[in-house]
Amino acid sequence: MTAPVRTPPTPERQLAHLGVVSGSALGAAWGSRPTGPQLPVVAALEPLLPQGLRRGSTISVEGSVSLLLALLSAASADGAWCVLVDLPPISAEAARDHGVDLARLPLIPATGSNWVAVVGALLDAFDIVVARSPARLTDTELRRLTARTRQRGAVLVPFLTDGTRWPLADLRMSVEPGQWSGIGDGYGRLRRRQVTVTAAGRGQAVRPRSSELWLPNPQGSVDACPAEPVAPVLTIHPRHG
Amino acid sequence: MADPPRLAVLWCPDWPVVAARSSTGGGRGDGIAAAVMTANHVVACSPYAREFGVRRGMRRREAQARCPDLVVMARDEAAEARCFEPTIQAVEAVVAGVEVMRPGLIAVGAAGPSRFFGGEPALVEALRDAVQATVDDVEIGVADGTFAAEQAARRGIVVPAGSSAAFLAALPVATLDAFGDSPLVDVLQRLGIRTLGGFAALPAKDVSARFGPLGAWAHRQAGGRDDRPVVVREPPLECAVAVEFEPAVDRVDVIAFSARSVAEKFIADLAARALACACVELEVTTENGEQLVRRWRQTGVLTAPDVIDRVRWQVEGWLRQQNDSSSQLPSAGIVRLRIVPVEVVPTGTHQQALWGGEGESGARARRALARVQTMLGLGAVVQPLVAGGRSPVQRTELVAWGEERSLSRQPSDPWPGRLPSPAPSVVLAPPAPIQLLDATGRPVVVSERGAVTRPPTRLRIGGETPVSVTSWAGPWPADERWWDPASAARVARMQLVDVRGRAYLVAGEMSADHTPGWFLEGIYD
Repeated sequence: MTAPVRTPPTPERQLAHLGVVSGSALGAAWGSRPTGPQLPVVAALEPLLPQGLRRGSTISVEGSVSLLLALLSAASADGAWCVLVDLPPISAEAARDHGVDLARLPLIPATGSNWVAVVGALLDAFDIVVARSPARLTDTELRRLTARTRQRGAVLVPFLTDGTRWPLADLRMSVEPGQWSGIGDGYGRLRRRQVTVTAAGRGQAVRPRSSELWLPNPQGSVDACPAEPVAPVLTIHPRHG
Repeated sequence: MADPPRLAVLWCPDWPVVAARSSTGGGRGDGIAAAVMTANHVVACSPYAREFGVRRGMRRREAQARCPDLVVMARDEAAEARCFEPTIQAVEAVVAGVEVMRPGLIAVGAAGPSRFFGGEPALVEALRDAVQATVDDVEIGVADGTFAAEQAARRGIVVPAGSSAAFLAALPVATLDAFGDSPLVDVLQRLGIRTLGGFAALPAKDVSARFGPLGAWAHRQAGGRDDRPVVVREPPLECAVAVEFEPAVDRVDVIAFSARSVAEKFIADLAARALACACVELEVTTENGEQLVRRWRQTGVLTAPDVIDRVRWQVEGWLRQQNDSSSQLPSAGIVRLRIVPVEVVPTGTHQQALWGGEGESGARARRALARVQTMLGLGAVVQPLVAGGRSPVQRTELVAWGEERSLSRQPSDPWPGRLPSPAPSVVLAPPAPIQLLDATGRPVVVSERGAVTRPPTRLRIGGETPVSVTSWAGPWPADERWWDPASAARVARMQLVDVRGRAYLVAGEMSADHTPGWFLEGIYD
């Protein structure tokens, strides 16, 4: 049996015991964990975003407009103002079916060379700013927008299409190509799609979470998709005598 | 409590109408029934329209039903302030200490000038002469305190000093609520209190307990006591803020945008001292060293957006004058803007909602969009609407932000043949041409009767390499507007899923003889 080695308490450790942290540690803590009240998300997305949409955070969405609309829906219905910048032309009907309030959803389809200025101005006033990330954005611009998001308590949602990245996102949400049901070889129609949505990020969300969702479901919104087969398998016994 | 100051108020009746009509060269009383609307409700109307029974707060439909010839104009507060600027300057030429309450309403301290002119009736005459050249209709009244003085001006009378309470007592209680949106007046009327005198006779303590600080303030107004909230404090001059422009600026939007952050700081600094601002002085210095000063007073307190609005109106008024060249000032661009608190009150009497109501966040968002519109152009911000139609492309309509939303096709109408939900999340307007090929590599054809001859196997969008189609459904024919050759369309729609799991909505022309064109209408992204 060996006696535990006692390390002499360093001044830093004594201070840490008192709750004093260095400035750099404080900065890192701020960087990884934006604080503030949160905006709600729909029930189906709660396993992926247990904290809702935290104000001041950056959440990137990759590849699916439906996922984006599902993400906005509960906050928008709750009174939040959202704005979509440089997005592909979304369908008003799909947005409405997801539960987004169109009266609080202005679209800015083409910003051209003013992307950074426009997104910056919108972050000052809107609760959620969704913007398709341009192919080229300098590190300084990225950091400035992230800092502005945190400072103004907005939620920045960079929408990533093939090739673009947003390295400073607190949470990255992506969709794998899913399976449509209801459609066959010349019959039926598109009813719903089963997809796997993954959320990975920094800080508390380092471990990626995944969820099976119906996105869209037959009503055009989002539902959790049960992991087990929907219909139980019944064994039918032949009747004797 | 200090006695309310003696004030002369100059009121231009129906100012929104006068300002809106001035752009077309008309006036207020030239026999045209005109009304200014905001959010579909009448804000102001001309006397001729009033004869027909048009009233403030009335819906547009009702107003037009009463007066079918009604000329309807949208409200433009910036134009109201701009048109009012010459009048303010005319008054300033006669008396000092002019305070603008809102476009169309000016308050002047009456004590000093009336001694100079030899009595209050003489002061009223002097003011009337001064503004004769700039406005047609003006009413002037003198009384104690801003509320009583405004009411005196609306009736064009001079209320003797000390008898403002008696003057107010006979007025209906609805006078308290200039904009028709106060729940207080409604409650008072249901309690059987019809006049301001009746309201003022209630014990102040009970009014405060039942109606809160706003009720207590209205109670003081009704009693002709000092209508400024509780105590007027010495304004902290260190709270004045300034913004410098290098080089000089002569554009309103640039100045207003720069003023935004300092206006927010201004209000926040005062709030940190538990104060709010009731009257503000805007001071502008030009490149040639001229200084222009104007005071703006608000009934209640000024919020940061209020301050920015007043900066925008005032600067636009000054700069517009420069272009009109009727005045020499300002002769150059603006290098400095200063916002000085003139009158402050403790915040206890008026407070914004702790987290800001829905109205505030909406107003903030609208201002940010206005800013984006100045950067990118008015059509750059659009609002999506759900419209009627069979194709998802028709069912999404985009209107410029802030424009009247009128739909040509109603979504509530039946649209037989439209696809059930889910709707494609991305719609392409106009639809993009694509190629849809069958197993033999030839284009897929939809017959006259709406059937595909051979199933689609490959899809090619734009210049991409063709992808295999794994599932498909349809075609669903739609024979639209066959009665109108110009807009008639016979199309068949199909849903396709490709090997990557992406789903599309495509439409093709129905024809028996020639190769049809296929279009991509939507993507189920």
